[in-house]
Amino acid sequence: MARLTSIQDLEILRDEIERNRDPRRKEVAICTGTGCLGLGARKVVRAFEREIERRGLEREIHIKETGCPGFCEKGTLVVVYPQGIYYMGVQPDDVPEIVAKTILKGELVARLLYTDPATGQKAIREDDIPFYNHQMRFLIRNNIKINPKNINDYIALGGYAALTRALSQMTAPEVIEEIKKSGLRGRGGGGFPTGKKWESTAWAPGQPKYVIVNCDEGDPGAFMDRALMEGNPHSVLEGLMIGAYAVGAHSGYIYVRMEYPLAVENAKFALHQARELGLLGENILGSGFDFDVSVHRGAGAFVSGESTALMNALEGKVGEPRPKYVHTSECGVWNRPSLLNNVETWANIPLIINRGAEWFSSIGTEKSKGTKIFSLVGKVNNTGLVEVPMGMSLADIIYKIGGGIPDGKKLKGVQTGGPSGGIIPARHLQTPVDFDELTSLGSMMGSGSIIVIDEDTCAVDLARYFVDFLCDESCGKCLPCREGLLRMREILDGIVSGKGQEGDLQILKEIADLMRKTSLCALGRTAVNPVLSTMAHFPDEYAAHLIEKRCPSLACKALVSYYIEPKVCIGCGLCQKNCPEGAIKEEEGKNCIIDQSQCTRCGICFDVCPPKTRAIKKVSPRLSPSFSSSSLTRLGKAKRGDKA
Amino acid sequence: MIDADREKLDNIINKYDGKEGFLIQLLLDLQSELHWISKENIRELSLRLKIPASQIFRVASFYKAMNLSPVGRHKVCVCMGTACQVRGAQRLLDTTESKLGIKSGQTTPDNSFTLNRVNCLGCCAIGPVIVVDDDYHGRVDSKKVEKILGLLASDS
Repeated sequence: MARLTSIQDLEILRDEIERNRDPRRKEVAICTGTGCLGLGARKVVRAFEREIERRGLEREIHIKETGCPGFCEKGTLVVVYPQGIYYMGVQPDDVPEIVAKTILKGELVARLLYTDPATGQKAIREDDIPFYNHQMRFLIRNNIKINPKNINDYIALGGYAALTRALSQMTAPEVIEEIKKSGLRGRGGGGFPTGKKWESTAWAPGQPKYVIVNCDEGDPGAFMDRALMEGNPHSVLEGLMIGAYAVGAHSGYIYVRMEYPLAVENAKFALHQARELGLLGENILGSGFDFDVSVHRGAGAFVSGESTALMNALEGKVGEPRPKYVHTSECGVWNRPSLLNNVETWANIPLIINRGAEWFSSIGTEKSKGTKIFSLVGKVNNTGLVEVPMGMSLADIIYKIGGGIPDGKKLKGVQTGGPSGGIIPARHLQTPVDFDELTSLGSMMGSGSIIVIDEDTCAVDLARYFVDFLCDESCGKCLPCREGLLRMREILDGIVSGKGQEGDLQILKEIADLMRKTSLCALGRTAVNPVLSTMAHFPDEYAAHLIEKRCPSLACKALVSYYIEPKVCIGCGLCQKNCPEGAIKEEEGKNCIIDQSQCTRCGICFDVCPPKTRAIKKVSPRLSPSFSSSSLTRLGKAKRGDKA
Repeated sequence: MIDADREKLDNIINKYDGKEGFLIQLLLDLQSELHWISKENIRELSLRLKIPASQIFRVASFYKAMNLSPVGRHKVCVCMGTACQVRGAQRLLDTTESKLGIKSGQTTPDNSFTLNRVNCLGCCAIGPVIVVDDDYHGRVDSKKVEKILGLLASDS
């Protein structure tokens, strides 16, 4: 690749790519994001390669490995161009048929198209699919069109035009003014106004200054940063470069968590290609602006995503937070002014520069502008990444885009904001999603995870899960967080195992209050949200665990029992065969029974019992060790809330 | 230290020669080359880099990516992120632990498997997820785990 030395050079390259592109060219785009890879995308790619080679069509048909377009539920995703036919759930066995019918003859393979579960109607193109057409996609729309390892794909779609605009037509203060006017707020969780942050780094004394991409996306359930970094790394890099120009930085870091190996690989590759083209280095595009970036891998610590801890990690130290008397934007890595933004925030920058602050601020709510990518996961039909304007209601996201709750279950609520957020009960589903609304409900938007939970998830157990998670991830530097979490876990462990005591809730509240007031960093201060929000929104569940020793969701292992309903059992013996404890015994001339004193409540019998029979029943509170199915009638089972 | 390991260590030290803030990146490279960081390696690094051994140990013991004891031939990782959790990750972990006969964080006595739990791999839409030797497997249930582990056990 020849080095570009002027803005014209870039435009010439863009024209050249466009000229050489044949709009009729046959192309298969295959999602090879980590999600689809987990569902076998690599095998699908190989199957295409083999089939195309077998037919000797290497010149006619081009294979493009792309990043994640969002609809992970239906992976592996394959799009056939030029028509844009969208296939889902593709397996290697489907490949010869796709090549023979769709690519060569233009016919559809109906079974691989999206089928509307309600109407049975098939959707052919992306825009016909309800999951996509209720979204407003600017940030992830291009993922399926781009091979993240080919900078030309990004340039062909107008990439680096915002950079050239900033370098040639705007002064640094003008860029900052534009970002301020747009109303963009940080996408990593805090929601701090981005333009204000930029301004404080620009004005801060001290040189050199740094710009940093925070791709230490640790919130469990959130993966939009991974999808952007893996699928469209140049969009993040372009944003970073504009930021560097605006605040006067000449070096930058991309900090990626080590759990995202593909994001590390694609980020490094993107830097390499940008450097070769002269988009990084000295005198970029002849503008006199020098800038370069390096990738730093995280080493597996949730707390490192906190801004001050991340600075420590960049310096090669233990990733613990520092006291925040002075913001990192003024005194960050190596005690120099450091502008740290989240991946998604950076990816928004080229959009704002290209289309203007006015356009950006026309989207969203009064105080939360633009679109936001949410990861819609958990107990919802269409899981994946959804990009919607700020202010869309949770109900619209879950039902219109997510297609509702699977298996006819009832929605209990949504968990947002990761371990710093809370659980919002189903009755608040009409809430518009933006920074301030979710905070007012005791949760927060965080980095944008929306984890849908149904009636099978126990609110108390979920709170315990988050506290357990945070115990594992607390760095231990400050006492309130380190000890407070441990004590909270002890209490919650007791409650979910039926050993809860009177006064437990009061102690939880006291600890939470103390942690909120005295923890060193935001991780500790917000760690209490999952506990407090479940206590506020699901008091009945806490009461059931504490007083009745009963788990209404039948989820807490220590509070449930299994038994075999003799009237429906067909005697197939599957449960007996699969029971690891040998707790299921045949009674002379009768059905099997579960020996309650031996049962460890692993639930395997419940899983293997044929769905048509469902003779294994789950109940809470626990049955007595001497319980046998024949004593059922005496027990009055209607009261126990049986569940098949 | 065997010669091959020493050579790897030399290469890694040379790669980061003189760079600021390199310690974590260096230890990550060491981890991926040698699969664990031994006491011997920490002492050696301390001498050569002129960084106190306590400081290296502190960093290596803080971060989860670095192992301070040897790991098995196959690395099994069960994701315990929230999305996986609400779809049955705990059950998956229980099954995997009972299949391998070890708890998470442990290595089987024959050194075949090391089992770990991880707090979210970012594949939340296809959970529950298990990663075996860098291969991601989505929508895993007890049967699928058995199949995946069975294939590996017959390999080794």
